[in-house]
Amino acid sequence: MYKNAQELLELCEKSGKRAWEIALDTEIKLTGMSGEKILEHFGKRLDIMINSAKKALEHKQATKGGLIDGVANCQYEYSKTEDSVTGGYLNYVMALAYSSSEVNASMGKICASPTAGSCGILPAVLVAMMEKENISREKVLEALVFASAIGAIYTRNATVAGADGGCQAECGVASSMAAAAAAYMKGASDKACFDAAGFAMINVMGLVCDPVAGLVALPCAHRNASGAVNALIAADMALAGQVSHIPFDQVVDAMFKVGKMLPPQLRETAKGGIASTPAGKAIYKEIFGA
Amino acid sequence: MNISLLDVVGPVMIGPSSSHTAGAAKLAKTAATIAGKPFNKVSFGLGGSFAHTYKGHFTDRALVAGALGMSEDDEELVNSFEIAQQRNIEFEFYPAEIVSEYENTAKITFYLEDGSEYFVEGASLGGGRILITNINGLACEITASSPTIIVKQQDVKGVVSDVSAILAYDNINIAVMKVSRTGRGDTAYCVIECDQIIPDSVIEDLKQVNNVLSVVVVNIQED
Repeated sequence: MYKNAQELLELCEKSGKRAWEIALDTEIKLTGMSGEKILEHFGKRLDIMINSAKKALEHKQATKGGLIDGVANCQYEYSKTEDSVTGGYLNYVMALAYSSSEVNASMGKICASPTAGSCGILPAVLVAMMEKENISREKVLEALVFASAIGAIYTRNATVAGADGGCQAECGVASSMAAAAAAYMKGASDKACFDAAGFAMINVMGLVCDPVAGLVALPCAHRNASGAVNALIAADMALAGQVSHIPFDQVVDAMFKVGKMLPPQLRETAKGGIASTPAGKAIYKEIFGA
Repeated sequence: MNISLLDVVGPVMIGPSSSHTAGAAKLAKTAATIAGKPFNKVSFGLGGSFAHTYKGHFTDRALVAGALGMSEDDEELVNSFEIAQQRNIEFEFYPAEIVSEYENTAKITFYLEDGSEYFVEGASLGGGRILITNINGLACEITASSPTIIVKQQDVKGVVSDVSAILAYDNINIAVMKVSRTGRGDTAYCVIECDQIIPDSVIEDLKQVNNVLSVVVVNIQED
């Protein structure tokens, strides 16, 4: 059994197994289910992720308050143009992330990963990589198991609740999980995957949770889009061989401590950040009156 | 690692909030299962954050959906008000003072077709997890994260032993068992969390036990 990244990597070294295999073995012991059954559950989750990441690309969804209706289609159409700043691929990744956020805010079906508010990031990265790199479903499922193990380490040793740790604990963790998945699908070592996960978290550490009108919409959707892109660049940082001077477990610990330092106004109460701007308050009034 | 990977990537749910939408649906569905009888009206007393933010997260629609028996991943959840109207089931919401250590609480009262009332109190804990804290006046702790049997019995000796003997005979393993009562010799409750889905035959067997008053099973379906 492992309780952090270091122990997981030690188990890999001892057994010669990959991190996702150790994570799956542990899940078998914990749940009493067979490995095949667990992978079947992950397969169903992957299908729901693919669906939510694609659903709003061409079909605008009606969200509560209407704040993010059509954000996925907007970015998707733009991704097809020739002269964007970051190119078609990154714009497509953003569109995929926007799509799940839009589906979530319109009472559509999503897979929390790790939360509903951050449900766009991991699917966007998995779908984009799957399509661009032509990666097998089997390998995507391995990446998904690995990403879950990273989310479990955050859950155990820190938090994945915006009310406890701010947006870094939701979109930050999702981005960290997705960075490891992307690096894994590109053939990185388990150690390099953890470096990718660490880079993604370091890049957004301190991110506050400030939902306008208390809705899971604004800025959540934009942070899902940026979180997906952040995951990809963090993977590339690790794959390029950037040295991660801070071990992953210490990054997790730092995130937890930063979350505790955040005042309640910046932890999902809609009382700080962009939620408390004049424009943010005006939106609240418009939707809920008074 | 003591955290299930399937809880990290999951639950599969209808948005927008795991605590305010998915948790609300699960809470009401579990409450309706425990109440266990047809009703023509249901009221939802909302406490804590539920009372302030329920409209933005569709908590109201999720609660009604759950009371009608829908799961947190049912895409019809959005239409629950209309479905309740079609079934001639009334519903209402009111702010409630619920003493609880949790942030998102609800008191769900079912107005049964036989004219009686039955209430269940509980909380949404986040990530789609719930806790039932009171069943018709009796304090309890039910997470409904594994198949759970709730036995209501006369508080006399031997009932718990008879109940566990039946479970052993029917090959059901007990993971956690808690016994509580309203007073000595009065009504008692057994809450039994099990490792296996509880078949109907086991429920029938348990109902035959001397001094058992009622048996309710909350089976957790695998997705």
